[in-house]
Amino acid sequence: MMSLGSTWQRLRQNRTVMICGGLLFGVVVVACIGPLVSPNDYLQTDFDNLLSPPTVTDMQVFGTDDLGRDLFVRSMLGVRVTIVIAVVASAVSLVIGVIYGAVAGFVGGRVDAVMMRFVDTLYALPFIFFVILLMVAFERNFLLIFVAIGAINWLDMARIVRGQTLSLREREFVAAARVTGVSAPRIIFRHIAPNLMGVVIVYVTLTIPQAILVESFLSFLGLGIQEPQTSLGALVNAGVNQMEGAPWMLLIPAALLASILFCCNFLGDAMRDVFDARHTA
Amino acid sequence: MSLLQVDGLTIRYGDNEVVRDLSFAIEAGESVGVVGESGSGKSQMALAVLGLLPGNAVTNGSVLLNGTEVLNASEKTLNGLRARHMALVFQDPMQALNPFVRIGAQLRVILTTHNLASGREADARVLDMLQRVGLPDPERQFRAYPHQLSGGMRQRAMIASALIAAPELLIADEPTTALDVTVQAQILELLEEIRRDTTLLLITHDLGIIAGHCERMLVLEQGRLVESGTTIDIFASPQHEHTAALIDAAPRLDRGDVLSAVAGNEVLQLCNVSVSYDERNGDSLQAVRNLSLSVSAGETVAVVGESGSGKTSLVRAALGLVPLQSGRVLFCGEELGGLVQSRPIAMRRDLQLVFQDPAGSLNPQMRVASIVDEPLLVHERGLSSEERQKQVAAMLDRVGLDASYRARFPHELSGGQAQRVAIARALILKPKVLVCDEAVAALDGSVRKEILALLGDAQKDGGLAIVFITHDLAVVRAISHRVLVMYMGRLVELADCASLYSRAQHPYTKALLDAVPTPDPAAAGGTVSLSGEVPSILSPPSGCAFHPRCRFAKDICRAELPLPRIVNGSIVACHRAEEISL
Amino acid sequence: MLRYTVLRVLGAIPTLLLVIVLAFLMVHAAPGGPFDDERVLPPEIEANIAKKYHLDEPLHRQFLRYLGGVVQGDLGPSYSYRDHTVSELIGGALPLSLHLGALAMLLSLIVGVTAGTAAALRKNTVLDRTVMALAMTGISIPVFVVAPVLVLVLAVYLQWLPAGWSGNAGGARYLLPVVSLALPQIAYIARLTRASMIDVLASDFIRTARAQGLGTIAIVRYHALKPAMLPVLSYMGPAVAAILTGSVVVEEIFGIPGLGQLFVRGALNRDYTLVLGIVIFYATLIILLNLLVDILYAVIDPRVRQR
Ligand SMILES: Nc1ncnc2c1ncn2[C@@H]1O[C@H](COP(=O)(O)OP(=O)(O)O)[C@@H](O)[C@H]1O
Ligand code: SF4
Ligand SMILES: [Mg+2]
Repeated sequence: MMSLGSTWQRLRQNRTVMICGGLLFGVVVVACIGPLVSPNDYLQTDFDNLLSPPTVTDMQVFGTDDLGRDLFVRSMLGVRVTIVIAVVASAVSLVIGVIYGAVAGFVGGRVDAVMMRFVDTLYALPFIFFVILLMVAFERNFLLIFVAIGAINWLDMARIVRGQTLSLREREFVAAARVTGVSAPRIIFRHIAPNLMGVVIVYVTLTIPQAILVESFLSFLGLGIQEPQTSLGALVNAGVNQMEGAPWMLLIPAALLASILFCCNFLGDAMRDVFDARHTA
Repeated sequence: MSLLQVDGLTIRYGDNEVVRDLSFAIEAGESVGVVGESGSGKSQMALAVLGLLPGNAVTNGSVLLNGTEVLNASEKTLNGLRARHMALVFQDPMQALNPFVRIGAQLRVILTTHNLASGREADARVLDMLQRVGLPDPERQFRAYPHQLSGGMRQRAMIASALIAAPELLIADEPTTALDVTVQAQILELLEEIRRDTTLLLITHDLGIIAGHCERMLVLEQGRLVESGTTIDIFASPQHEHTAALIDAAPRLDRGDVLSAVAGNEVLQLCNVSVSYDERNGDSLQAVRNLSLSVSAGETVAVVGESGSGKTSLVRAALGLVPLQSGRVLFCGEELGGLVQSRPIAMRRDLQLVFQDPAGSLNPQMRVASIVDEPLLVHERGLSSEERQKQVAAMLDRVGLDASYRARFPHELSGGQAQRVAIARALILKPKVLVCDEAVAALDGSVRKEILALLGDAQKDGGLAIVFITHDLAVVRAISHRVLVMYMGRLVELADCASLYSRAQHPYTKALLDAVPTPDPAAAGGTVSLSGEVPSILSPPSGCAFHPRCRFAKDICRAELPLPRIVNGSIVACHRAEEISL
Repeated sequence: MLRYTVLRVLGAIPTLLLVIVLAFLMVHAAPGGPFDDERVLPPEIEANIAKKYHLDEPLHRQFLRYLGGVVQGDLGPSYSYRDHTVSELIGGALPLSLHLGALAMLLSLIVGVTAGTAAALRKNTVLDRTVMALAMTGISIPVFVVAPVLVLVLAVYLQWLPAGWSGNAGGARYLLPVVSLALPQIAYIARLTRASMIDVLASDFIRTARAQGLGTIAIVRYHALKPAMLPVLSYMGPAVAAILTGSVVVEEIFGIPGLGQLFVRGALNRDYTLVLGIVIFYATLIILLNLLVDILYAVIDPRVRQR
């Protein structure tokens, strides 16, 4: 294993990491600034200009939808929503997963066995259907989406963190520290946490695309974000209904969604390679 | 024509030459040993002969087997030679056998792919081979999966798979390194039998094995052949200084002074200690049973036993890293109860620990200086950071690491250097007791010698008591005052170094001593006086746990547990210690 | 082995129970209960409905009643399809979905395992890179994007295949839905197979097999395939869950009257009993499948069997 500093250097040297990271960053920047710069508004309907194909006039580079709303602004809004939800949901799963996994791994024994049995049980459940059930039972709301997606992804995080903690706890440098009298908090923060960081970072990068997938799936079904708010999934859904007459309405948000997922997945893969190589080094 | 002719073999990974310009020849019927420290290129050479080097290896030179070039030969040519003309036995049979396939099927497929036999006949030949390598109950092993076999049996199965197609050349790469010493002796005996009708190339780091089993030997140093000749000549008068150093560093049972007992105050006492672990299925595993030991200031006590005999559990319980099942641990007369977390912080500075795996015992995210500094940070709160830095520098200096090492991370250290850091960390608080768990097992001979010397120096300066765990009786002969021998969690013999090595009282101690190969072709050594292997600790034999393997066993041994008692000044747990002559 | 199987089967029961409890509570703990709707009904009718659906009883009685029904295969009446029980509705829609799902699963396994193995054997070649790039694309495009884009290109523009379900007959109408469902799974399985095959091929026992003169095909067949398939086997549970999830959108997009469409319609109509019933049905299916996978795992891996 290497120190975090040199890992960062290796990340910077990795082409995939830099390209995908850069592209994602670019998309986010455009999504933040684009709607501010554009003369159009995401709510503004224009019945004289329904389903118009992409053009440079009026900066309607993505065309308009069936209500004449500017697709560029709406798409950028969708990107924002999608990314915000994914990041927040990943953060939720990160917090729950890391705490749960670290406690199980560090305490060990019976507590660990019971905690992990619970995770295994939940793991067997088809969560997405429960989320849909939840969406049906309760009024659809933003918060619920975060919770629901986070609730799916924390399981993996908890398992991974628990496994790592357990093996770190048994490592000889931790035993040496305990024998010397190093306090439990210091062992956790100085000896265990820094060695856990790598796998957590990698795992979070892999969680984000999954969260995006779940959110856009729900929105596609009409069970997620509600009009007039929008997300990429909802835009794809709208596109499907108009695809014969206005294919751009389908293809543009679909391409955006796929590219974001593609970059995230590639980034996660590359990060894992970098961190794995560290183990073999 | 030689059976194997190697000419100018060079193996390179990028800029790193791991084997350089290696040339030698082996005639049919010979048995040749290859010796060298870790990283000297022994295994690379073996893999090159079999054509098994990884894709990024670049090779030069030539390797002829029976006149056929194998270097850069096509897979087809190689597959024609492998198994039928040359075969390889790997170090760790647990890894080298496929855990998903029954032993019989793994051997059978070799016969069928080479069209040597099929159907019933193939089965019969496999069974025959399993019998030949000395596997008990071959029909059963035929159907067994590798994990159902003991370590020694697995290695026998591995050897059977290498021999099944009757190759002319058998290469064995550290075939006994993963095994216990009594099992090693058994496997070596098997190889001794095999070499009567097969050419053997035996790779090892252990000169004792070469001395006993090879007519000729090759000495490698950093990929270069530095010496070759008959074993007798080389041991008698090594020409190259590296060979001389290797022979000099090889520990011997039959030579050199032993330390005589010291009389100091007892610093650490273990009274009737038992340790057990809960298994997942609810059983409990008794790793240590009712064991007592006391260690005096200035003394080194070696704890010796085969793997799983409970050595590590014993000292871990003493240090409070695992809970005691029963018994007491006293430090300078004061009881140390419970786990290490619950012990008074002041006491923790006096008991320190060094592990086997040098890399694993250092936090990969911390630099050398902060690793050594951490104990001071905990115990010497009053010290300023300059003061601590000074002490750390002095300590590193003492273990032989100059200032340039302070800012390094553990992965930038060699095994020996990492072990020095671990020792520095353990000694910086000037503890009264130092526990070393197989602290030199992972190190090469020369480095091992240096580390042992370092520990000896540390002891000379003050009254440091050392508990030194090892599986190798030869390693500790020169450095210990007393030796504790354990078998299946129990004390077998506890004796002064002098009397233990000259006159073992327990049959197991004697067997362990006999099994150690002597690095001297002239001296007999490495003889097998023990059959079988250590039984499962989950179901220990009745009475004396050693009785199934003991040639002196009588009815009383099966019925009654022998309690440790004093025989000729040593503590021995054997019913018949007085009657038998070993 | 028998002991292991029995233990696993017993272990699945609490999970099933948990599913039912969770699903039931989610529906019934929702503010106002399942029949609270925007529509304002006359009080008598409301009372009638409450009585019919036993909403006047305390929650635990309702649950026990429901559980009793579930055990007998009775999932209660549907709220939106008034003349049908949930079990009838599921029974009617199931065969079609089963058909689609099984075909998609089969396709994913065959193509995924083959592509993954080929990529692993030709590691770091053009073939490997191509397969992996395609797989990465595959896992990055969600089913609800693949399906409409395929329809747009192959059915609308090129007109090679039918775009919808009704009005068409024969095998051709299966093609697009099955492929849309399978594509992401093919990608996952290919990646999984490749990674695990590379792991296994790097293990010491494969080196032993090479030292024994076994050729590539013999090595894969006798030594590598079994261990390399274990991660794929473990993925079967999640894969079926993913295909079920995918079928929800695919059936919607292609207008296939299967279970997925029933589910979405139920969800959008807020037909609680129907959605609850289908969730429990799906969950049971997946739990049983995981059970089967566990047992198969033990059949393949002799070390697991011993525990
Ligand atoms: N943490 C543990 N849990 C369960 N069993 C253990 C544990 N540590 C050691 N054992 C078992 O206890 C026995 C003694 O082990 P150990 O003390 O490590 O022996 P040694 O150091 O002599 O090799 C072995 O059978 C080993 O498998
Ligand atoms: S007690 Fe009996 S079996 Fe045990 S060592 Fe002594 S003679 Fe052998
Ligand atoms: Mg040990």
